[in-house]
Amino acid sequence: MVTKYISSVEDDIVGVESLLERYTPNPEFLIAILQDLQAEFHYLPKQMFLLVAEKLGLPLSQVYRVATFYNAFSLEPKGKHLISICTGTACHVRGTPRIVERLQDILKIEAGQTTPDRKFTLQTVNCLGACALGPLVVIDGKYHGRMTSAKIEKALKNHEQETQ
Amino acid sequence: MIKLTIDGKKIEVKENTTVLDAAKKLGIYIPTLCYHSIIKPYGACRLCLVEVVENERKQLVASCIHPVSEGLKVYTNTEEVQQTRKMTLELLLARCPNSEILKKLASQLGVKKVRFESRDDDCILCGLCVRACEEIVGIGAISFAYRGDKRETGPPFKRAASICIGCGTCAYVCPTGAIKLTEIVDTPTQHYWESPFKKVKCRICGDYNLEPECDSDLLKYDD
Amino acid sequence: MNKRLSDPIQLVNLREEIIASQDPEQVCITVCCGTGCSASGAGDVMAAFEEELQKQGLEAKIATRRTGCHGFCERGPLVVIYPKKIFYQRVSVKDVPEVVTETIRKDNIIERLLYVDPTSAKKIVYEDEVPFYRYQERLIFGENGLIDPTKITDYIALGGYSALAKVISEMKSDDIISEIKRSGLRGRGGAGFPTGKKWEICRKEKGDFKYIICNGDEGDPGAFMDRSLLEGNPHSVLEGMIIGAYAIGATEGYIYIRNEYPLAVKNFSVALEQAREWGFLGHSILGSDFSFDMKLNRGAGAFVCGEETGLIASIEGRTGEPRPRPPYPAQKGLWGRPTNINNVKTWANVPLIINKGAEWYSKIGTKTSRGTMIFSLVGKINNTGLVEVPMGVKLKDMIYKIGGGIPEGKEFKAVQTGGPSGGCIPASLIDLCIDYEELTNVGSMMGSGGMIVMDENTCMVDTAKYFLSFTKEESCGKCTPCREGVDRMHHVLSEITAGRGKEGDIELLQELADYVSKASLCALGGTAPNPVLTTIRYFRDECEAHIKDKKCPAGVCKALIQYYIDPEKCNGCHLCFKSCPQGAISGELKSPHSIDQQKCSKCGVCFESCKFEAVILRR
Repeated sequence: MVTKYISSVEDDIVGVESLLERYTPNPEFLIAILQDLQAEFHYLPKQMFLLVAEKLGLPLSQVYRVATFYNAFSLEPKGKHLISICTGTACHVRGTPRIVERLQDILKIEAGQTTPDRKFTLQTVNCLGACALGPLVVIDGKYHGRMTSAKIEKALKNHEQETQ
Repeated sequence: MIKLTIDGKKIEVKENTTVLDAAKKLGIYIPTLCYHSIIKPYGACRLCLVEVVENERKQLVASCIHPVSEGLKVYTNTEEVQQTRKMTLELLLARCPNSEILKKLASQLGVKKVRFESRDDDCILCGLCVRACEEIVGIGAISFAYRGDKRETGPPFKRAASICIGCGTCAYVCPTGAIKLTEIVDTPTQHYWESPFKKVKCRICGDYNLEPECDSDLLKYDD
Repeated sequence: MNKRLSDPIQLVNLREEIIASQDPEQVCITVCCGTGCSASGAGDVMAAFEEELQKQGLEAKIATRRTGCHGFCERGPLVVIYPKKIFYQRVSVKDVPEVVTETIRKDNIIERLLYVDPTSAKKIVYEDEVPFYRYQERLIFGENGLIDPTKITDYIALGGYSALAKVISEMKSDDIISEIKRSGLRGRGGAGFPTGKKWEICRKEKGDFKYIICNGDEGDPGAFMDRSLLEGNPHSVLEGMIIGAYAIGATEGYIYIRNEYPLAVKNFSVALEQAREWGFLGHSILGSDFSFDMKLNRGAGAFVCGEETGLIASIEGRTGEPRPRPPYPAQKGLWGRPTNINNVKTWANVPLIINKGAEWYSKIGTKTSRGTMIFSLVGKINNTGLVEVPMGVKLKDMIYKIGGGIPEGKEFKAVQTGGPSGGCIPASLIDLCIDYEELTNVGSMMGSGGMIVMDENTCMVDTAKYFLSFTKEESCGKCTPCREGVDRMHHVLSEITAGRGKEGDIELLQELADYVSKASLCALGGTAPNPVLTTIRYFRDECEAHIKDKKCPAGVCKALIQYYIDPEKCNGCHLCFKSCPQGAISGELKSPHSIDQQKCSKCGVCFESCKFEAVILRR
């Protein structure tokens, strides 16, 4: 669950700088640094790109290139609840597309987007490697196995209530 | 020196010469798009594919980047090579239907019909602009972003890059003319990827350069 | 305390010490804590055991162990009680007190927790008799159930690092490479290149700095054996890598693990730390003049980073865009230096070959494909899990003897192997023996070992479209054939599954497929058309049904199916009415209901909800 948001630029720049201190200023650590930032802030705020570029002696365009190439990074803030649906082949043959459509219908967003009220982010993920539980939906790190399009709405509502 | 054969003709060239350069020495034409003589080869557009037989193995390789080897046999115009070239062009034309260079190549290579739905793009993603900015100009103001069919070129966040010096090299090397550099005489601005820059005088020569007014935005918290 | 071992003899002594301190007759409760079982609550089950043992005053007498993946994922959480190896499946927290009271204290078996063989209806008590395991040969994977992956001493006790000790005290680089070559080991990541030959090429390259890399970017959807090895027995992979580094002359190594595998990252990191502590990594390993250490890199969500040159670019901090070859990584790899990359399973095979010898190893499997292979058997199969079998096993046996057949008595239709780079093998080829060449000959490939089983309700056209959408999403976008060609193929298939297929579509797909496979820059694009090619080859009828008749025989493609309510079966319980998200169902309570086809979105919720099978799927 995302609880931390950028509140003021000064605090965060200091936070980012101390995170960057952990690394030798070598371009090979670009991905690792972005992963740490993503884990800390749950997305990559624009403001951080320049700091990272300066620290590593890279052009800004290179940082942007890497940040947009990899799925692990998000340039948009995520919602409070993260819903990940495994789209691995095993889950697919057991009926994942129906569940994706159902969720898109319920939340009124496409996969990859966040609801306007910032409550939910819906994303499809490549195989999580828990194929025996397929179709698999993970909500805020909690695994919901053997999901169906009939059960998903209730599972979502229950989760929301439990985490209130 | 390495000895090889291209379309039956023998030639001897220095080690690390590419098949394309060796072919040029023999006056054999191979069409290219992402290749430029002063930029490191990329092997991405796949228009320059030729058939080679190496270690008794036959395969299609990008001549612009494939190094010669002793005894290499190259065939630049087999039926298969021609079909492959045509398909590459057909796909690129579907992507950029209005590109003059693609239309010219199409008529040259005999691509008469495009069987795919046309898109409305100018850029064939050859990457010459990005590679030139990185290797020749040495700045890297623009780069690729995203991947797959969402891949694009441009400055980060699609906003004018402060380190861009407005040299216009990217526009110069672009084969399709997708990069438009227009100078508006009244106000000293250059339009560049739809992001207006403001020019300031160069400290040294007094000529115009670009003002890094845009980067400070990145440090403001906006959404 | 300095644990660092300074010669191989010390390792032998240490092993004897550890074994001496263990009581093989002591009762030990092992709980599988791989990702699959953990997701089903294995962590809670283990905690419950620890609590219960304490409650009953048994914590000093009874040992517990969290192990890595046992492979029978369908039946998790799995509990195996040693020394008898009593096998309990689908154990929940509620069962724990009874297990302790009855089985641990009184030696009574709890029948409801036993695995029931579906054919004989017999209850199986011991792990080795469970058919899923009985037909396997778990040379590599078998150790997962015996060790706690975060305890190097468990690994050492089983003989771990003895291969490394042997290599350092008795073998030269050429001996090792020759041994690996003679074993016939082939790369277990995809293409099956002979491993010994690969090592030899890198060894011969000039240069003081060489690297070895472990490719742990297991991206094939449906494949999770690499994950389970890294989580469950990381030292087996590490030992293989250290031996490889010694043979090739590498001083530094990297392991690249997928970001989506946090437990694998954690357990491997612990393994690295412990290996350093005990002197298996670092300077003067086991007192020799061989020094080697490793770093761990996490992937960042890009399937293309499983490609060698893409992976190298990612370790260098760049985007994972492959580059044309030559030069090959063995010649110019990481930072332009000679680099040898192998898959997780390939490295894990190395200690086994060194310990038991190439001759022993080469007797397993087939003439061209030696050794065992670990497959992930998933999809429409009763026994979902990880299976290790000798190369050459019959597909029929995988599906029925080990896999337990298709659920709900449905008909087996096809099996997809090799992930998005592979193809679908139809039921007519069920007598196929599985090895590298056999799979390639039928149009598929071994790949990383994923085996997705499909039944009569799987649409092969939809499946081909699915794989292309995956490849499209994962393409780096650099070269024209993959970026443009895969996209256009996907579009044709989307039109076909939407009921808008036209005459000539199959021919166009074939043409594009041939082009993309020949002209792409790397193997991602090069193999992307394989699912389409096998679907056209073996399921042409099904393709034509979609195009000409606008029908989906498997009942999957929404545009070509319809749901309707059978008035004879419907008793008007109103459940579908309440569940329908589109409000497309009408009917009075206790009277037959009906679906308004104009409003119906084919979501299938009514079909799933109806308890009377009154909702019919019309294809």
